[in-house]
Amino acid sequence: MNARTQGPAPVRWLRRNAVVLAGLAALVYLLLPNVVVMLFSFNKPAGRFNYEWREFSTGAWTDPCGVADMCGSLGLSLQIAVLSTLVATAFGTFAAFALARYRFRGKGTGNALIFLPMAMPEVVMGASLGTLFLNTRVDFGFVTILIAHIMFCLSFVVVAVKARVMSMDPRLEEAARDLYAGPFQTFLRVTLPLAAPGIAAGAMLSFALSFDDFIITQFNAGPSTVTFPMFVWGAAQRGVPVQVNVIGTAMFLIAVAVVLVGQFTASRRRSRS
Amino acid sequence: MTAPSVPAPAGTAPPPDRPSPETGSSGGGPETRPRKRLTPYWLLLPAGLWLAVFFVAPFFYQASTSVQSGSLEEGFRVTWAFSNYADALATYGPHFLRSFLYASIATLLCLLIGYPLAYTIAFRAGRWRSLLLVMVIAPFFTSFLIRTLAWKTILSDGGPVVGVLESLHVLDVTALLGLTGDDRLLATPLAVVCGLTYNFLPFMILPLYSSLERIDLSLHEAARDLYAEPATVFRKVTFPLSMPGVVAGTLLTFIPASGDYINAQLLGSPNTQMVGNAIQKQFLNVLDYPAAAAMSFILMAIILVVVTLYMRRTGTEELV
Amino acid sequence: MTITLSGVSKVFGGFTAVHPLDLTIPEGSFFALLGASGCGKTTTLRMIAGLEEPTDGTIRLGDDDITRLPPHKRPVNTVFQNYALFPHLDVAENVAFGLRRRGISSVRKQVEETLELVELGPLAKRKPRQLSGGQQQRVALARALINRPRVLLLDEPLGALDLKLRRQMQLELKRIQTEVGITFVHVTHDQEEAMTMADTVAVMNRGRVVQLGAPDELYENPRSTFAANFLGTSNLIEAEILAVEGAELRLKAVGADSVLRLPVERCAVEEPRAGGKVLVGVRPEKISLTHAADAEDSDASGTIPEGSNVLTGRIRDAGYLGVSLQYVVDSPVCSEFSVYEPNVERDTRLTRGTEVVLHWRPSHTFALDAAQDAEAGTAEEAL
Repeated sequence: MNARTQGPAPVRWLRRNAVVLAGLAALVYLLLPNVVVMLFSFNKPAGRFNYEWREFSTGAWTDPCGVADMCGSLGLSLQIAVLSTLVATAFGTFAAFALARYRFRGKGTGNALIFLPMAMPEVVMGASLGTLFLNTRVDFGFVTILIAHIMFCLSFVVVAVKARVMSMDPRLEEAARDLYAGPFQTFLRVTLPLAAPGIAAGAMLSFALSFDDFIITQFNAGPSTVTFPMFVWGAAQRGVPVQVNVIGTAMFLIAVAVVLVGQFTASRRRSRS
Repeated sequence: MTAPSVPAPAGTAPPPDRPSPETGSSGGGPETRPRKRLTPYWLLLPAGLWLAVFFVAPFFYQASTSVQSGSLEEGFRVTWAFSNYADALATYGPHFLRSFLYASIATLLCLLIGYPLAYTIAFRAGRWRSLLLVMVIAPFFTSFLIRTLAWKTILSDGGPVVGVLESLHVLDVTALLGLTGDDRLLATPLAVVCGLTYNFLPFMILPLYSSLERIDLSLHEAARDLYAEPATVFRKVTFPLSMPGVVAGTLLTFIPASGDYINAQLLGSPNTQMVGNAIQKQFLNVLDYPAAAAMSFILMAIILVVVTLYMRRTGTEELV
Repeated sequence: MTITLSGVSKVFGGFTAVHPLDLTIPEGSFFALLGASGCGKTTTLRMIAGLEEPTDGTIRLGDDDITRLPPHKRPVNTVFQNYALFPHLDVAENVAFGLRRRGISSVRKQVEETLELVELGPLAKRKPRQLSGGQQQRVALARALINRPRVLLLDEPLGALDLKLRRQMQLELKRIQTEVGITFVHVTHDQEEAMTMADTVAVMNRGRVVQLGAPDELYENPRSTFAANFLGTSNLIEAEILAVEGAELRLKAVGADSVLRLPVERCAVEEPRAGGKVLVGVRPEKISLTHAADAEDSDASGTIPEGSNVLTGRIRDAGYLGVSLQYVVDSPVCSEFSVYEPNVERDTRLTRGTEVVLHWRPSHTFALDAAQDAEAGTAEEAL
């Protein structure tokens, strides 16, 4: 009667697990480039481009900063990511509290203002912000990149924090006030710790977005401010050094290690109690 | 954009039509004291001002630039040159077409590829669930430009992928569809679409997963109990309930994909350039700012219209 | 510490949650605010806690006016509905929260003692989500009690517990209240809970206190249909006053010939006059059932005591509940007469369709103003 009960065993197994197999295939598609990047960090390419496998070498790993300007651009990217994360997280958290906790005239406009940057292609935002700087004769450079990054990170912080704040039980703050905590103490001891996961998520998202941004950055960077993605873009035209793969692989491994350690300790803590 | 808007939980009196003073409302809150009535505005001020100056205001500058004429040497002046728009469409019409075609195909592919994975993680992964989720976001840990360059290696002429597809005569089929040519993958529309799909796949999977994960498994059992075949359960219960994720995922994929120029630049050829490439070239190389502004305005307008229609059609305006 | 509410009201937008209310809660009492959801009981409690500012009126604690005092400056603590335990703090830190906010640094001994009081000593290092509902309830209680408040407010404190645990906690709360001697103000929609624990119950409906008194007084002598129906079940019959004879009222039920009697003081209508309309009420467990055949035969076992109020009817439904037998009786005066008979000497002839005589003592009868909705406070009305 049921399609699942028909056919020989292997066919039945395939039917039952078709979704899982398709899902795993998608995972392979997602992770294949990372594997290639990792593999080719041990390549010793013949020419300037690192697209074809020649021979195994650890040369790039022992000399990661051997390429002119690459590590400098990495430092610049980190600097911009940290600064824009700090500002975007602070401003975004304030805005999230306003939008989640209060009823006020203009709230709809506020929500729309936060939503629109996420519904706009980067090239449009990048080009229009660039037009503003051109028309107001602001010199492109570190500051313009920072302004741009804070601008597009804000919305993501607001969304992350707002979701968290809206899911918080307002009675917890009432309980704190009932238990002799004044407004400041209530915020410090209850509101902030409860909102912290949302704020942390927003900050991490904004760091990742800023660090990896290319399109908006390209429209708002000066000739002498080269972030890491811009360096890679330039390299793609001139010749990609193996060190780019080394950096990519190292970032990947560090991040995966951090996440796995975090998950492991979290599950340990859960199982202990 | 997936957080549904619910009434503010605290600090507000309930509206007259919903008299529920029994739970969490504080009349002694912000609305009764004039000093506190300004609090939300102060909180919103820094972010609002930042976005007003660096997100909204630029569009006015761009609007004015888009009707300027002149040259870099002599300077640009507003001459209400609406011909910039006509010129942009005439010269770059194919770029616009390609942008929306490639973005649409990539969005569809993301949905087809992403849904089984999101479904697997939500319902079939068991204790592997969080590991699989980490694996979905893990690619982000490497700069996306480096990962896109890796596709150059994967799709390279004479590489294993081309070899396999060639021997299976897949490339002949795609060539007939106009997606590939000369028995290569690189520098073809297929490579660009493949890159776009790859780059935005996680943006499809994560919202899909979060809406699938919220589905109560007993609904599946109830549907099975009420004589639904597994396929029917999916069609009548699972998929409709995952619609918020589908809508969010398609928007998060389609919007950035239609403005992208990196995949077309790195994996395509001059014949696969998208509108993003044209804007980038006019703005950064040719320095014809009016043309770039006009094009980016057209792109924005089309996207806003498409997104609005799409959201109205799927009845998910409240997602915002 | 005595709490005095004078003319306290609360308006949300255009909705009046609490109409001007005068209430005195004596020191050391266990006071319950009882009512359906939306009746204003929680708003009243929150105004005492300081979480809601009254639109009008004053609240005094002893001789101090605390109307405008913010919650953290009031010597009043609350056990919240669903407990509102801080999820990021462990049990000990939750309990210590109030002491720490008041600048008390050495809290360990007090926390230990209070956790002992609620029998949670071994769980001090757990996080709230690792506790059962009953344990969370005890933590919430300990967190409030440790501050030695003048008044403890309890907002539906047992609402989230299952029936068995609720019974157990009811007794325990009562024990703790007697032990610490603090004034407890308890908000609940569960009449049984209010009656078990409280010395005084205020029944609230639509922002007003409809009746206030000791639980037995409220139950035996309700003064409104809401009180009659919300506390337990009442059978209400429309009747007309025939005469006032000294301390006794004689009535005629609409649709029957029999004359009903009740003491004048059990009539909620002021100055009852002949010809006036009332609703006559009687509790289901006060009624006895006698088989119609026995009632006619005065020698039979189930004779009807002299002077009883008597009605006739036919059993529509009979249910066996073990501890009691429940009947629904159709009669000309009331289509659904509820009758509870103790399961002592069970008359097995009393099945569906049997003609019966219902009888009860006049002193178990009460009368209410007929100008009210007879359905007020019933479960059907709530739907």
